[in-house]
Amino acid sequence: MPIERPDPGRPDPCPDPAGLTLSPDRPIDVQAVLAGLESYRPRRRGWVWRRRLDPGARVEPAPFRYDEISPSLERCVPLPAASRHFWSIDPQPALTITTEIASGRFEDDIRRMRMAAWHGADHIMVIRTAGQSHFDGLLEGTPEGVGGVPVTRKQLRATRRALDLIEDEVGRPLNLHSYVSGLAGPEMAVLFVEEGVAGAHQDPQYNVLYRNVNMVRSFVDAAEAKTVMKTGGLLQIDGAHNANATAREAWKVTPELLVQHGINCAFSAAVGYPRDLVCLSTVPPTAPPAPALRLNLPYAVALRELFEGYGIRAQMNTRYIESDTREATVTHVLDLLVTRLTFADIQSTITPDEGRNIPWHHNSVAAVETAKQALDGLDGLAEMVRLERGGELGRSAREIKERAVLFLEEILALGGYFRAVEEGMFVDSGYYPERAGDGIARRVDGGVGAGTVVPREPDYWAPVCGHFGRSHPPPDLSAEPEGCTLCRPDLAPYIDELDPEDNVHRRLEEARRRREGGLLRPEVQWAGDGVLTLTLFLPAPADTARAAALEIAARLGLEGPEVIHSRVMHPAEGTLVEVKAVLPFGVDPARLPVPKSDRLLPEELIRRDLAEYPMTAVAATVGDDEHSVGMREIIDIKHGGLEKYGVKCLYLGTSVPVEKVLDAAVEADARAVLISTIITHADVHRKAMRRLADLAREKGVRDRFLLVAGGTQVTDAMAREEGLDAGFGRGTRGLEVASFLVAARAAREGRRPGERPADGRSEADSRPPAGRSRAD
Amino acid sequence: MKPRPDDFAERRAHLADLDDAALHRRFWELAERIAAPLVELARTHTTPSIERSILSRLGVPSPEAAAVVQGCLARGLLGHGAGHVVLRVARDAGLTPRRAAAELAAGRLWDLAGRAFGRAD
Repeated sequence: MPIERPDPGRPDPCPDPAGLTLSPDRPIDVQAVLAGLESYRPRRRGWVWRRRLDPGARVEPAPFRYDEISPSLERCVPLPAASRHFWSIDPQPALTITTEIASGRFEDDIRRMRMAAWHGADHIMVIRTAGQSHFDGLLEGTPEGVGGVPVTRKQLRATRRALDLIEDEVGRPLNLHSYVSGLAGPEMAVLFVEEGVAGAHQDPQYNVLYRNVNMVRSFVDAAEAKTVMKTGGLLQIDGAHNANATAREAWKVTPELLVQHGINCAFSAAVGYPRDLVCLSTVPPTAPPAPALRLNLPYAVALRELFEGYGIRAQMNTRYIESDTREATVTHVLDLLVTRLTFADIQSTITPDEGRNIPWHHNSVAAVETAKQALDGLDGLAEMVRLERGGELGRSAREIKERAVLFLEEILALGGYFRAVEEGMFVDSGYYPERAGDGIARRVDGGVGAGTVVPREPDYWAPVCGHFGRSHPPPDLSAEPEGCTLCRPDLAPYIDELDPEDNVHRRLEEARRRREGGLLRPEVQWAGDGVLTLTLFLPAPADTARAAALEIAARLGLEGPEVIHSRVMHPAEGTLVEVKAVLPFGVDPARLPVPKSDRLLPEELIRRDLAEYPMTAVAATVGDDEHSVGMREIIDIKHGGLEKYGVKCLYLGTSVPVEKVLDAAVEADARAVLISTIITHADVHRKAMRRLADLAREKGVRDRFLLVAGGTQVTDAMAREEGLDAGFGRGTRGLEVASFLVAARAAREGRRPGERPADGRSEADSRPPAGRSRAD
Repeated sequence: MKPRPDDFAERRAHLADLDDAALHRRFWELAERIAAPLVELARTHTTPSIERSILSRLGVPSPEAAAVVQGCLARGLLGHGAGHVVLRVARDAGLTPRRAAAELAAGRLWDLAGRAFGRAD
């Protein structure tokens, strides 16, 4: 059973002390975020869960009910289908959704966090730079990282400040998260509490097995680190999922995963960590082509039964991720099915490009969208589908638990945890009790930080809050009269930069130089990195196709092209290749012929105009073209089409000759002629448009009609080139066409929409309605 | 560990008759027995990181905290607690704790610390 968690309510508004706010139409000003950081304080401590709405909740104005959602965001980017077909709703699952962000430069990470938050992430996990876990102490300043950022006070404070601004923008609390592991766990924990970090990974086993930190040091540090974390209300996430990511045959490691969770949970409980603030980090261990659900679901059930009362952080599989983003996404959707068939408190996300590179901006967003889309789509599953425990599922779940119990028994038989690690009992690829003999063995007196653990003297004293273990305040000394930073956060000292070269200010200067003259460059992770991808299908075998793709990229003038993915369609018929490269130039946005996006008239005004001046439109799909869906959506009342606004529509059907359309328009005394043309082979779409314009002129009726073409490959510029009044492409809504027809007719008649000729002022108002804003 | 075949069927014999609740109880009893000595170790020991974290909580900047803990370790004083050392030196020298930490970090006042804990510097 999931844990019942109290409704956190909406956080109190807490304006930035320097008056910073975000405007949805402007990028975040990182310079402003960095200014005055020495006195910035986070607005709260500890973790915040999403608010869960009662089952049966609705997302206005959609007619659906949802059982597992939280309140909608004030600003968001809904799923692609939402804006055309689903009233732009953006249902937010009740689970917290994680995004992992790790570009190496926190100033770029901040921008990505904002994008991810608009798409529905509220758990922002900052990956640490390679090697930080072996640094015996804290880092300061803002040096550049590799595969993550150096986590420092300044980096955390700037990030937390930016997140405070972003949470006000989207209207939902955002949890910042990082890692309390390595050789500086207790210090890192103190830093996290001081700087408002809401959650952290803390698992002493992770250090031992994967970071080769001395095991005695790791456990002694962990007790202190966990005590500090619980004092600050941090959510603790364990590290067992790493066994899955490193094992050869990951599905065989399931008994050990239960053991690792169990050891960290028992250790956490013994140091007083509240259970509901401990989340098990769990991954469905395998992926297709294995029968993934058959292996993953019994494990998920066993875990949740055994660890009742603990939180669940469901991670997505990384073990079997290759360079194919489509394959990764399908695996992750199946992982989300496991979440919905069981439950979780946090849904973590893995980017679909994890198998090729350090995640890129749009792939971080894609992973969040995959989670949101699948969880929305599977809402109510637990209500409709019950797991059948009588058969294989129940048997398998029981067997995994028994194997885990046997594992624990053997640890004790060997003489305890340290002995078991020395024996290489962990991360063995055998399905316990089977052993392959390839486990990770560590020595109790080995590893980084060995020999640094010191027995406490009888007069040992730690004069601070949040301390674990034996401590004796001496009779002749009183504790620090000012208290400590856990009770008096303003005591925390602030260090700005230690390295005059390797810091954010130097990098921002460089980024500014790159943007000198305001040039716009494509980007995947760092401001102006210039990286773009080419997708090519080449009718050649893979080796040839990859070489050809690189040659093509080079001849396009792209720098440093690399093949990041290729996929055989057929050994002889062809290969899909994706190439990344750097574009060696930028473009000046001020000098671009950006089409001025047509301002939409308010719906009310369109209706009023059409009521006053009725309009008939004749519509058809022209040529030898049987596509009718697009046109139907533009005119049908059901789809919010022209009919909804009062346009009388005569739909003539598909494959209609242009002549017939025009004749019908004359006969019906129509004002608008709408042709749809989807097929583009040999430019038939352009020819149909040209034919309509020419024919109308020949018949002397051109001025009577607003001639409009639509279709997936049609653009406004193209339609105008061919002599029509407007063109509409993919994704057009009826409102846009109605708005155009009303405005263009009024313009021709020398009046303002909705008004009589030469009458009063315009009521047309291009501002979006106040309140919610949604980007498409 | 030496390779061995999957002998689950034989090993599980003593678990076969436990119902799920009893199996769960057994799991947790074993996990707690494994964790207990680790927790005891933590209760009675300290590390450079723990001591630096204590100085951090007293408002000492990280480079100074590192230097003070290194100084304590080199002089065998860490087992008394680095915060303890700093507060005692602060009292004996008539300084604020943060000032005392800065002095110790700069390599001064260690004779006071050594005397306070009965060791020669």
